Formats: sequence, structure tokens, C-alpha cells
Amino acid sequence: MKGAEAMMKALEAENVKVLFGYPGGQLLPFYDALYQSDFLHILTRHEQAAAHAADGYARASGDVGVCVATSGPGATNLVTGVATAHADSSPVVALTGQVPTKLIGNDAFQEIDALGIFMPITKHNFQIQKTSEIPKIFRKAFEIAKTGRPGAVHVDLPKDVQDDDLDLEKYPIPAEINLQGYKPTKFGHPLQIKKAAELMKIAQRPVIIAGGGVQIANATPELIKLSEYAQIPVCTTLMGKGVFPEEHPLSLGMVGMHGTQASNYSVYESDVLIAIGCRFSDRITGDLSSFAPNTKVIHIDIDPAEIGKNVGVDIPIVGDAKAILKDILIHLMKKEMVNKTEWMENVKKLQKKSMPVMEFDNTPIKPQKVIKEMMAALREVDPGLTNTVLTTDVGQNQMWMAHYFQTSAPKSFLSSGGQGTMGFGFPAAIGAKFARPDANVIAVTGDGGFLMNSQELATIAEYEIPVIVVIFDNRTLGMVYQWQNLYYGKRQCAVHLGETPDFIKLAESYGIGALRVEKPEDINEAFKTALNSGKPYLLDIIIDPSEALHMVPPGGNMTNILFPDRQEPTPKAQCFSEMKKILSPKV
Amino acid sequence: MEHKHIISVLVLHKPGVLQRISGLFTRRWFNISSMTVGSTENPDVARMTIVVQGDDTVLEQVVKQLNKLVEVVKVTDLNSKKSVQRELCLVKVYAPTEDSKSQVIQYANIFRGKIIDLSTETLTVEITGDEQKVNAFLDLVRPMGIKEIARTGLTALMRGSKILKSNKA
Repeated sequence: MKGAEAMMKALEAENVKVLFGYPGGQLLPFYDALYQSDFLHILTRHEQAAAHAADGYARASGDVGVCVATSGPGATNLVTGVATAHADSSPVVALTGQVPTKLIGNDAFQEIDALGIFMPITKHNFQIQKTSEIPKIFRKAFEIAKTGRPGAVHVDLPKDVQDDDLDLEKYPIPAEINLQGYKPTKFGHPLQIKKAAELMKIAQRPVIIAGGGVQIANATPELIKLSEYAQIPVCTTLMGKGVFPEEHPLSLGMVGMHGTQASNYSVYESDVLIAIGCRFSDRITGDLSSFAPNTKVIHIDIDPAEIGKNVGVDIPIVGDAKAILKDILIHLMKKEMVNKTEWMENVKKLQKKSMPVMEFDNTPIKPQKVIKEMMAALREVDPGLTNTVLTTDVGQNQMWMAHYFQTSAPKSFLSSGGQGTMGFGFPAAIGAKFARPDANVIAVTGDGGFLMNSQELATIAEYEIPVIVVIFDNRTLGMVYQWQNLYYGKRQCAVHLGETPDFIKLAESYGIGALRVEKPEDINEAFKTALNSGKPYLLDIIIDPSEALHMVPPGGNMTNILFPDRQEPTPKAQCFSEMKKILSPKV
Repeated sequence: MEHKHIISVLVLHKPGVLQRISGLFTRRWFNISSMTVGSTENPDVARMTIVVQGDDTVLEQVVKQLNKLVEVVKVTDLNSKKSVQRELCLVKVYAPTEDSKSQVIQYANIFRGKIIDLSTETLTVEITGDEQKVNAFLDLVRPMGIKEIARTGLTALMRGSKILKSNKA
């Protein structure tokens, strides 16, 4: 059998169902083997989208997502998507074609040092040098991607390795793999667990920060149990959104730069902070010296390097969040908790203060209103919002959604946190739809981010993938403009997207149904139309460009929340006239 | 407080591992003073001795981040243990006269160095020792004129019968 056929066998053994990719010269044997296989291959219109789709699949399912690209530019186009997946601990295996081994190092056509390029943006990567290595390396790649702290793994496939013959009986696909330098810890240290339980017992003002690790570990039931039993309010990070039901009385909402007052103040005032699967990024802590100043920190994480990296920790526990929370609960159940009435009242007050205002009748439409109507329309088809997967792009649309959309199920709110990758939302939704075919999958994006991967309209049209694209259209790079207003004397530079394109015509040119919404009273109906169509659909919602969300200045104290003055963006006029002078033909 | 740490790392003896490790140091702004690599008693494993400058938090991160690499088998901070440390230095000293030559030879003897090459104008001395010893010798011959130096950087082992065993195997 050919190497490429063995690759198919290896992918089958890993239970891969769908590949997102884009062929090319150095992948011809691979795609020829694919032709003879039963895999579903989704041809995206750009490799970056293939990587985001694989990432979306991985995030929504918890299984490994696979993307494929050819050598050279194919590989470099994957980079953004792979880095995005890796930053958010999403298990993605990226396969790239490579020039034949005898040409490696000779600057051959479409040759690039993919091994070197992917090395710093993956958990690990491989270059297969001999066909006989295929079974082992594929097994290793998937094992590394999905175990411990998940992440992206890259495998480089020289063309001759795909082409050469391989005796799969002599080199079988191993069921078990022993990686000498790789042994993730699953169970937490019993003594540390006991200590943590003791501390939780006597805590008077405890708070939990639940991060993406809780999502990955499927630890939501244990988290809810712990929170309820010990009366500990829970805030989530952007990556943790969904791990704790947001309508729960102990939910504080999102924490950090764009977080709720309830979360940020509770963390600041806490005496015991329990961080679970969260890496204390600068978006969560702000100024480290004023972050939760009088608190004892219990940090649970499967990656020991995250513990103590940014925030000093009193009780570190390395291991899987689900296993550790289970063990902590066993200890807690035997104990009586300190009375926390005062803290609970304080929390309630803060929650009341953080209640979002979402009812607006303004034109242009306020994003809060869009989200309110979106939830209402969704609840008609999915009352608990548990059968809905949302992806967001990056920027204001992302923060509005994180702030106002109430999520009730894990793995249902997919957003690029670590890298903040514009262009992520739409292709990630394509992947998510394959992971959760029965769910309502909605990609919320800004007009800027959508334009970064709008070519994928071709993909959803071609395969009739019923993903709904919702564009928060303000003709502006809203987040940048907000920052320029706040910190750069309102000098708005290069943030105006103008009036083009006409997204309705764009969608229609691909044969996709689309609606433009300009009045608040039309939003609900538009969502219903899109949801009931059962087809790919695009909603272009014209929103108020002056709308901005409160935030904490970068590196600031997290209780120092800034409420921006909402101001209409004004394009720098002379730019255009200068441009016209340069571009108009001389008479 | 900033100080130097000697970290001993056992890695799989494979191409690309050095790039992975040096890339990690570059990306995270860990300050490397020196790095030596060589084979060990196990042909599949190489030992790196890395001297890093930084405070305790930096050291902790260096060890943890190194441990995360799939090809890293074992990491130990040798500062916390008794260890023996050596560096090899070759130095070419300007010695055009018989007097200066005999002077260098005398110094080399005191430092238990070896003369390994000789020309009409120069002497090349091989000297091994910890960093201070090598530095002391170089300070001594510097006034005579150092033409060229090659230093390997520190390599080290734990003192006594203890060995760095791979606990991950």
C-alpha cells in the first residue's frame, strides 16, 4: 500500500470523520488516496478557513479536528488558524504537504521550512522522513493533540513519503503509544486537594474563576456541584463561557477587561480565589499588583507551567479539572461551611448592578437589542439554548456577545481568546456544524472580520451547510476605533470600512439567502426566517457605529471600569481626497 | 534576586530538538549564558547543560516550560544540588619571545592547563575548570595579548552517586 493510503488508515483509526482542506501539488498522492476513501472532505476556499473550521469542529465536539494544506503558501496560510487553535488549547492536527525528501533544503518550488514555522505555534510537530514512520507518527500526533492540555500538532508530509510503498503488517498502527518525554498528570496531589478543601471551608469571600480548562475537562457538573454546595459564586473567562449556566443565581458573568462589575469586584474583594483551567491572562488580571490583593489563590490546571506563571499561587494543583473537582467535593462533603450570608448579599447587590440593559428602540439598531432578539428567536426553537452553538469573530461583536448573550451549555460559545483572530468566527462555525449537525449554528461577526474570510460563503453554498451568518455591520473596525477614541485623542486612523460591499448582493451572488435589517422591530422576524430556512443564511444588521462596551484599560486595576462616551465615528476626510489625487489619471 | 542557574536537561537525541529548545528560550526571553550539548551513556538521549540568568520565578518557568516539550525527558536545577562543573577553554596567547613563552607555560602549569600548540609567535593553552578558574587564567594572560579564545560553556553533573534518571520513561 502507498504511504498516503496508510495515512487514510491511520486517520480512520483515529475516528476522523471529516477533513477540512485545500489540495496542491505536493499533496497529490494524499488526495488520490482520499478519493478512494470514505472521508468527508470539505474544500474551503482558503487554507486559513480550513484550519479555523477544524478548530471549530474540535471546540464544539472535544474531538480532534483535522486540516490539510499543501506545501509552501498552503502551509503558511494555515499558520494563523493553527496558532489560533493552539492558543486556546484546541486539539487540531494540521497536515501539510512537503516537497520530496531529496529536494528538501534545496529551495525547491513551493518548498518552505514548515517544521520550523509550525514549531513555536504547536504543542509538537513532526516531519515524516520515511514511509515506515507514518503509523507511529500519526498515532503520536493525535495522542499529543488530545491528551493533557490539548493543543495543535502539525505533521509535515513529503511527497515521496506519501507515494512510497508501506507494508502495514510490518509497521502496524500502534494502539498504545509510549512517549518518553510526555506523561501528563491526571489526578491531583491528595495533600493539595485536602488543603484546598480546608481553605474553601473557611473562606468567607470565595470566588471561582472557571476557564477553558473546565470546558475541555467536561467538568461542568462538578463545577456546579462545588459552587452550590460551598456557596461559591462563579465567574468565567471568555474561554470558559458556557461552563457555568449564566442564569444560575451564583453566576457572576465574564471576568476581566470587558467583564461584568459583579465578576471584577467579587474577584477584587475575595479572600479565596479558586482558578480552574484558567491561565490568568493579562485580559483577566490587568495590573498584577492590584489584582485580587487580599486573596489566597488555589490554582487547578493540567499544565504545571501555567501555575505561578502570572499570579502567585498558594495551593497549586496539577491535573484534570474534572478529576480534581470530584476529589475536592469528597473532602468538602464531610465538612461544614463557614456562613457566607454577608458575602452572598454583597454578590447579589453586585449582580443587580451588572444587570445588562438590552431593551432599545433606537435606529440605527443597538447591538444589545440584536442579541436580545436573537435569544428570543432561538428560545422559540431551543428553549434552554442548549442546542445552539455560537461562534464569534473578534472585536466588539465578540465582547457584546460574551457580555450579553446568556449561554447555558458548555462547548456552545466558541471564540478566539488567546490570539484574538479576526476572520475566525465564520469558518469556525462551518466546523462546528459538522461537530453538531443538529444544533443551530450561528456565526456572529463584525463586518471587518467577516470580510477576512467571506470567501467561505462559497463553501457553505456549495455543500449547503446551514450556518447562519450574523453581521454586526457598523462599517467600522469598532474595537480599534473605541481604543483610538479612548487613548489616542479620538484620532481615528484606518478604522473606517466605508459603505461597501453590499453583503446582501454578495451572499446572493453565491446563491445564499440574505436579509438586511435596519429597524429594531424587524430583527426577530429576520432571525426566525433564517432559523426556519434550514439553509445557509446571512443577516446583515446595520447597527449603531457609536455603540461601545465598557472596559478596563489594559494593564489597569480591574475594578476601574471605564464607560466610554459613545461617539459617532468620523472618517478622516483628507485621506480620501489625497488618495483620489494620486489615483486619478493625469489629463 | 537575579543569579545564574545551571540546568541539566536530558533530551531525546533527535534532529530539531536543539531548535525547539533554543526557540523556547528566545520566545520567552529567557537569558541564556551558555548551552552545551553532547551524547550520554544512552545513545537515544543527549544531555544539555544550560546556564540561565534570572530570578527564581524565571528559573521556575524555564524548568516548567522545558518540561512541556515532548522531546524533553528530564529537567533538573543543579543549583539546588551539589554538582561538579567544568568548562573547556582554548586560548591562543601572544608570546613572541622565549621569556614570554616560558611565562605562559608557568601559568599554565599552575592552573593545570596544557600547551597543545606552539608557533613562533603564539602558544595555545587548553584549560578546564569552573567558570571562575577559566576567567582567572584569562585575566592572567590578558596583559600578554590574547589572540583568540574558544570556550565550550559549562557542563555539569551531580556530585556523588546520584544520577539524573528519566522518571518519565
